[in-house]
Amino acid sequence: MSRNPYIRPVSDTTWWTAQPRYIRYMAREVSCILIGAYTGVVTFGLFHLSQGAAAWNGFLETLQSPLSIAFHLLALAFALYHTTTWFNVTPKAMPLQLGETQVPGGVIIGAHYAGWAVVSIVVLFLVGA
Amino acid sequence: MARSNKPIVWSLFAAGGTFAAFVTPVMIVVTGLALGLGLLPPEALSYERMLAFVQNPIGKGVAFLVVFLPAWHAAHRLRITAHDFGIRADGAVATICYSLAAMMTLLAAYALLSV
Repeated sequence: MSRNPYIRPVSDTTWWTAQPRYIRYMAREVSCILIGAYTGVVTFGLFHLSQGAAAWNGFLETLQSPLSIAFHLLALAFALYHTTTWFNVTPKAMPLQLGETQVPGGVIIGAHYAGWAVVSIVVLFLVGA
Repeated sequence: MARSNKPIVWSLFAAGGTFAAFVTPVMIVVTGLALGLGLLPPEALSYERMLAFVQNPIGKGVAFLVVFLPAWHAAHRLRITAHDFGIRADGAVATICYSLAAMMTLLAAYALLSV
């Protein structure tokens, strides 16, 4: 008896376009490209800062170009998606038990959002915006 | 048991992901959008102010974390995501991703130690 096993044809490269939730999964994963690129921008900025006032001011000028603003809008969209997807799995990633009771997932998630709001407001306050 | 670097890269992924979740959006708003759209006071990101920030030991530490943690988070996730896009050369992908993160880390450390 020789029958070839049935192999479902699934593309290695485009499988994730088949279902909306696969696309959402990939959007979450791809957020790392934007976060990595923005981290590169920050690294570049620190390097310019270490090179003196002229270098730093040149960097600030680059940040204000329309292309830069377009990039940062895209980066912000993906960074926000990273934040929400990251917070929403925290009850699974780090479940919390107090005595006999499990802390409800909604409380863990809510605490993260509250902490996020505090961090964001503190940063904006320190910058002076 | 075979030696593995998995716990190290995984803990950096988790720490970096958490740090990026809390800090990266507001950082992008400040440096990438508010500055360019003229929403910041003129002196907010001035050379003198930023230099004073990274010369302060705490500021230096914060600035280092802002590069170090998200860089390794992104590198590890990019390595895994490459597999999802059908790229099976994990060794080469890992080398490229982690090298990029290492370069950012070293460049940031060099810049912060030289100011």
